[in-house]
Amino acid sequence: MLRFCVGRLGPERAEDAFQETMLSALRAYDDVRDPGAIRAWLFSIAARKVIDAHRARMRAPQPTEGLEPLTGVQDAPIVDDRAWEAVRALPEKQRQALTLRYLADLSHREIAGVMETSESAARRNVFEGLRRLRQEAEAR
Amino acid sequence: MNVKTDHNAGPDHLEESLRAGEEPDAAAWRRICHDLAVRAEAQGLVDVAVERHDSPLGPVLVGATSEGLVRVGLPSEGEDAVLADLADRVSPRVLLAPRASVTEARRQLDEYFARRRRGFEIDLDWRLTKGFRRDVLQATAQIPYGRTASYTEVAADAGRPAAVRAAGTALANNPLPIVVPCHRVLRSGGEIGSYRGGPEAKAQLLGLEGAV
Repeated sequence: MLRFCVGRLGPERAEDAFQETMLSALRAYDDVRDPGAIRAWLFSIAARKVIDAHRARMRAPQPTEGLEPLTGVQDAPIVDDRAWEAVRALPEKQRQALTLRYLADLSHREIAGVMETSESAARRNVFEGLRRLRQEAEAR
Repeated sequence: MNVKTDHNAGPDHLEESLRAGEEPDAAAWRRICHDLAVRAEAQGLVDVAVERHDSPLGPVLVGATSEGLVRVGLPSEGEDAVLADLADRVSPRVLLAPRASVTEARRQLDEYFARRRRGFEIDLDWRLTKGFRRDVLQATAQIPYGRTASYTEVAADAGRPAAVRAAGTALANNPLPIVVPCHRVLRSGGEIGSYRGGPEAKAQLLGLEGAV
């Protein structure tokens, strides 16, 4: 879950989103009907928290580069950050699909559940995301 | 993490580099979990606060609800099993979180193991035991420090002298071992009998109290 948040938001803002996700899950645990689907349920909460964090970032005045305290979550990188920098530049749907696929390790069906879309659309978003990343890597 | 193959996986290492790498380091992870527990507790989102306590028997789990101490898990029970049982029978909102009642129970356990305490003064939450089983355990709670009783005596004290076997079952499922001293109940012949934490642990507790 923390890795998922780092992948979506970068290390500085990941911890807050992680905490907010877990607190929301504790608040809403009564909603869980199928314990087998708990991963997808948790990641759907996390996906919403990530969107909230993005919105908050857009509303907030941008801090001057370097002034934002780097509350690094860890010393060792928990995701390959160069790869994820590129993912963060992708369109929202592809970015979300790739994060759910590779950081949350969800199946295409679970991704579809979280993104409220069809399984084939989820598969396409993952595929398109990968294709664009490859294209960009070749262009560099 | 299980590795699934994708039809669209190319010859490059793109997918591999997208998969999560190392775990966050242990110290950072502990801090994050601790922060989460403190916030969850402050917002009233923790139904069972649990802490690990090092004892001469090994690590013991101490869990409390808002009503009081609800569970003492002995090392032989397995931590995961105790937590899963709490999640199942009390609430899934079980968290390793600091709470005053748990801290107090741990302090009293330390005193007990140091032979500076002969009885526990803690609010107990009896919800994990019902009916005759609860009667048996409440009768057991009356056995003084350093003394023992037989299964037959405890069954009688609980109001059903013939229900010796049922009394044994109640004791074997004591959710609050040590604090509710089921280790003080022996077979009629004085044999040590069984114990949720294993017969060695039972002998160790009786030895500590000078009962054998």
